[in-house]
Amino acid sequence: MADALIVVALLLVAASATAAVAQRDPARQALVLSFMGVLLAALFTVLQAPDVGLSQLAVGSALTPLLIMLSVRKVRRRGRARKEPE
Amino acid sequence: MHVLPYLVAVHLFLTGCYGLATSRNLIHAVGCLAVCQSATYVLLLAVGYRDGGTAPVFSDIRPGSRPVVDPVVQALTLTDIVVGATVTALLLALVLQIAKRHGTVDPDELRELRG
Amino acid sequence: MNRLRLWLLAVGGAGLAALLVAACLDLPGFGGDRHPYGDRAVHASLLRHTANTVASVNFDQRAYDTLGEMSILFAAVLGCVVLLRQARDEHRAPPEPAGVARPVRRYALLVLPVALVTGLYVIAHGQLSPGGGFQGGVVAATALHLLYLGADYGALERVRPLGVYETTDALATGAYLVLGLAPVLAGTAFLANTLLPYGTFNTLSSGGTVPLLNAAIGMEVASAAVVLLAHFLDQAVEIEEEHGS
Repeated sequence: MADALIVVALLLVAASATAAVAQRDPARQALVLSFMGVLLAALFTVLQAPDVGLSQLAVGSALTPLLIMLSVRKVRRRGRARKEPE
Repeated sequence: MHVLPYLVAVHLFLTGCYGLATSRNLIHAVGCLAVCQSATYVLLLAVGYRDGGTAPVFSDIRPGSRPVVDPVVQALTLTDIVVGATVTALLLALVLQIAKRHGTVDPDELRELRG
Repeated sequence: MNRLRLWLLAVGGAGLAALLVAACLDLPGFGGDRHPYGDRAVHASLLRHTANTVASVNFDQRAYDTLGEMSILFAAVLGCVVLLRQARDEHRAPPEPAGVARPVRRYALLVLPVALVTGLYVIAHGQLSPGGGFQGGVVAATALHLLYLGADYGALERVRPLGVYETTDALATGAYLVLGLAPVLAGTAFLANTLLPYGTFNTLSSGGTVPLLNAAIGMEVASAAVVLLAHFLDQAVEIEEEHGS
């Protein structure tokens, strides 16, 4: 039973990682990364590492995507500000 | 089943590397690096897993009553995750500086600027 | 040129993949029963009355590594603060308050205190249950930012005097060092867990210096995350380049 769960979680993580790399738009990639963070947290919990799962949930699915989104927003805003005066 | 977790770690690492090498946007590249980093988490935890083991926390089980998984690799992974997040933050700050100074986040255009 | 690069990547990637797979086949099988380091770490943790073995490894047996990690965190935050400061050719434009949908506002303001208390709980029970300074710190710091979702940026800036968090970050780093140096003055080794009694197993004050180091890390991580997010938010929302520069 636990083995089947581990296999499913592993395959889901691998698939979401592929999706995260294949998604070329950074804003959407942040969303996929956040989803992958949740899957990784689930995998770690199944692997009996609740400490690590909690940390991954906080960092991987909240903090990192948030930072990426903010950077995307800054770069896009810059692009717009550049175009306006010309 | 015996090597599947390790192979998934290899897959994560190689996909991340592929994304890093072919990325046309530095922010996307930082996201790919995060995928690379997650390979190390999976590898470390897979090494420490024990069949039928439970979490190494004794607040609700009697010590010695059940086998537990390896806590050392879990502590290593914990460190890894926090350091990974700070690396991501620092790289994103650098990307913002590059965008400010050069007006682009495409690595190929940046190379042309350097001439 | 581009084709050459792809070829190089394909050849290098294939070689690396072959080596890694060969290495995987040689690793001890997944789920094996031999974990000599793990067994010893569990034994040492139980001797020192720390219920959460992972916390014991982080803050007692490998406390020196955690010091290194904390320094990395501190240095990275410092780097971000320097990189993302307001440059001479930029100015601040406070964003106009935007309307927030009522359900979003209600939900965010309802969850905020719950998330904040959860973060603090996770920090405080680090040596007993899964969790600790790293996890709880990030939870508490991100919880604060629900205010940005529920109200607006101005409200967030009012409850977040940045200087206080920067000072807390430095103070927590200092506290960890002082806690490490105290045993040296008492005649044992740096960061040795010998100063305090180990206490009763499975209570909040068990584990000697583990709860104290854990609290220092919690403070550090929480304030570091707040400072980081604050600077990125400033860049994304407030700081604008001068036109025509």
